[in-house]
Amino acid sequence: MISAHGFGDPGKMKEYHYTGPVEHRFSPYAFNGGTVLAVAGEDFAIVASDTRLSEGYSIHSRDSPKCYKLTDTTVIGCSGFHGDCLTLTKIIDARLKMYKHSNNKSMTSGAIAAMLSTILYGRRFFPYYVYNIIGGLDEHGKGAVYSFDPVGSYQRDTYKAGGSASAMLQPLLDNQIGFKNMEGVQHVPLTQDKAVQLVKDVFISAAERDVYTGDALRVCVITKEGINEQTIPLRKD
Amino acid sequence: MALQELCNFQDIFQDSITTLCSSVPFGRKTGCDYVSGLPFSNRTNLFNFFTPVAEYLDESPIQFGQISTIQSSSAISSQDSILSSLAVPTSLPLASSQSVPLPFPMSHGTTTLAFMFQGGVLAAADTRSSCSGLVACPASQKILPIHSHLVGTTSGTSADCALWKRILARELRLYQLRHGRRLSTSGAAKLLSHMLHPFKGTELCVAATLCGWDGGEVDGGAKTDLSGRRETTKSQMTDLEKTSLAETKTQSSASITGGQQCSARKRVSLSGPSLCYVCSDGTRLQGALFSVGSGSPYAYSILDQGVRWGLTVDEATSIAREAVYRATHRDAYSGNCVDVYHISSKGWIRRSREDLKEEYYREKERQERRERQDVTPPE
Repeated sequence: MISAHGFGDPGKMKEYHYTGPVEHRFSPYAFNGGTVLAVAGEDFAIVASDTRLSEGYSIHSRDSPKCYKLTDTTVIGCSGFHGDCLTLTKIIDARLKMYKHSNNKSMTSGAIAAMLSTILYGRRFFPYYVYNIIGGLDEHGKGAVYSFDPVGSYQRDTYKAGGSASAMLQPLLDNQIGFKNMEGVQHVPLTQDKAVQLVKDVFISAAERDVYTGDALRVCVITKEGINEQTIPLRKD
Repeated sequence: MALQELCNFQDIFQDSITTLCSSVPFGRKTGCDYVSGLPFSNRTNLFNFFTPVAEYLDESPIQFGQISTIQSSSAISSQDSILSSLAVPTSLPLASSQSVPLPFPMSHGTTTLAFMFQGGVLAAADTRSSCSGLVACPASQKILPIHSHLVGTTSGTSADCALWKRILARELRLYQLRHGRRLSTSGAAKLLSHMLHPFKGTELCVAATLCGWDGGEVDGGAKTDLSGRRETTKSQMTDLEKTSLAETKTQSSASITGGQQCSARKRVSLSGPSLCYVCSDGTRLQGALFSVGSGSPYAYSILDQGVRWGLTVDEATSIAREAVYRATHRDAYSGNCVDVYHISSKGWIRRSREDLKEEYYREKERQERRERQDVTPPE
């Protein structure tokens, strides 16, 4: 994991011309790109991610989705450093099993979110470089989205984008789902079909403008019937 | 116990650091229950705090490298902005202890304020959570209730503030169950300050104002707006005298002693509103007015102008809202909405969140009306 990048900006390359002697250090982190998005509806939740795994100028894999199924009603999307994503999902799975065996029931989405917050904060001084978003149904059957920062600060949202294209997608979601920054618009509640279509459109836009997003889109729709997965191709360049 | 057990990392770290950190003393050893044990101790102490950073400071198994001031300067500047105006920016030693350079920024920047007045304590904060130039969340909650009569404003890294508030809430609840009375606000501030002390010098960043109402009602006290409650609290107090333990958080036996001794006593001593500022660099101050965060200088100017002891609740709310509004107008890292909490003897009450965009348009209308009045000569 040779890091030739600057530390301040994840995923952005340094300038190409010679700026002076630069000391390269070993960094335990790498940025593997990818975008994750989650939307909560009245009785459904959608978690979507692209499937490109990149590092620097290379693409390691075109089929590495970033959504991981945790329980029948919860899916987590993790983007950032792939090594930490894998370990974190393994730890969450183990903790879920432990909970299931001691309490004889599955963890609810809210409980998983609270647990993840403490897992992330446990590594406050050497954090997991992962941007997590949990999407699922809460105890009342309504859609819930919980978004995290790498050290465990979290809150419940209606929609959230995370990962490399998050800064591009979040304003678009604010406008289309939150009806923000518009005057005199009727607030129509989001249907499941419209939400899935919106997610697809949004990722197509992200793939156009963000180099780390593309290849394919994996959409997981969570309803009380279960989790339905679809894969839609995106730009491969 | 706190961090360790929360994240279940006891086993992993205990093996690796037993040899390294056996001689590292940290935390306070006192005679009472609040003892910080050493990380590998197996006692179930209240604060069996594990300080992973000690390991990285002394000797790291992998050479993560030393930090040059250039690389961490972005971390310094973002942390500088959130320190309160009370403290001189002391974040430089914080940055140098960071062993692993982080590839991502943490959320910072805020305006929070709190002040005491005759109706209790008023706390207000903006709702913008920024992350080195990007607004990570426009609707975050910076005032966190800790228990029914104590609320804390948070400033600094949001993850740190959220978790430490949770830990504080748990410790206060345990104290209340063990001792049968609520801990006072200054006691809670001391507890928080001592819990944060082992992490002094690390990049942990918490600057909180604890606003609370201590004890119960003061008999014969000059609380003009609480006269309606006085009768009910007195009767509750006599019930408590019969049943010695208080189960709920709303009454405490301190109020009994307070009630018996207090007839000539002012609010300063046992009960009433109380305000304490705690910072992760070790500052702990008691006062009547605090503002914390990057927008605090602007808020201070409004508060210094308008805050008096004799304000009504509505007046105090509008001053607090105005102060946050002005701060969000001038400070880039504060914005969006304002949350106002009012703490009285009955507990905390939260006003509904107000979008400051509306306040901006109201202000513009007022200005236009004023200009029109100036232009047209009065008849």
